[in-house]
Amino acid sequence: MPATVNYDDVQVGTELSPASFPVRRVDLVRYAGASGDFNVIHWNQRVARAVGLPDVIAHGMLTMAEVGRVITDWTGDPGSVVEYGVRFTKPVVVPDDDAGATIEVTAVVGAKLDDRRVRVDLIASSAGEKVLAMARAVVQLA
Amino acid sequence: MALDQSYIGRTYPPSEPYEVGREKIREFAAAIGDDHPVYRDPQAAAALGYDDVIAPPTFAIVVSARVGAQVVFDEELGLDYGRVVHGEQRFVHNRPIRAGDRLVGVLTVDNIRSAAGNDILSTRVEIGTEAGEPVATAYSTLVARGPDGES
Repeated sequence: MPATVNYDDVQVGTELSPASFPVRRVDLVRYAGASGDFNVIHWNQRVARAVGLPDVIAHGMLTMAEVGRVITDWTGDPGSVVEYGVRFTKPVVVPDDDAGATIEVTAVVGAKLDDRRVRVDLIASSAGEKVLAMARAVVQLA
Repeated sequence: MALDQSYIGRTYPPSEPYEVGREKIREFAAAIGDDHPVYRDPQAAAALGYDDVIAPPTFAIVVSARVGAQVVFDEELGLDYGRVVHGEQRFVHNRPIRAGDRLVGVLTVDNIRSAAGNDILSTRVEIGTEAGEPVATAYSTLVARGPDGES
């Protein structure tokens, strides 16, 4: 499965395939274990509310990972992601039900850079609100 | 409430090595719901030119958060972790992290400030192999929400 996206085939404005990712409480528990981030606000509603949050919220890093999949699914090679940065502007609130939250992601090539790299600009929303700002990646293409 | 500004610019000694295991990468990939074979199958990784399975781009947080804990949980700094949310995160990769890497991290406190009643801590962790090969740099901003904070 070699990287399939050729720099010459990509223009500023090229859209990546949008995606949506479910985030349920069980996903937060699994991510907490895998990542080692056991911050209580990601699994305990009582504590989350006590510190002023509406409910349990997703790990920002889980959101960032899911959003980044739009890029790695596009290139086919996760090693193509040279830089990746986000600002977390709104929490992804995860209710205690079977559906959880949903993160909707769109992405577009924002600039063509040197060395056959591009900048990809990402937009991520949950419950109708943007949850990231300045979500950008530098991606190495073939 | 305000954090000790004297921490700004502080650089910590290199961390103990973190050895990246194939099963840890598999576990992390499963936790983000990504079934890409390059995270699981050495042959699939080899087909992309890698010596062993590689880790997802955000896996660097597993290493950098451990290293960052030196300051995040430093009681003298006084960050209230129970009120912490993630403000910003950025990774710059020299190459993908892969199974078998023995990674050390060097932590630097880039900035400490207060805004809208929140304490804001920005750190940088430079991750490299024991042999000194640079692998990635992780830039993190954590926000400890004050009682009246809005983050």
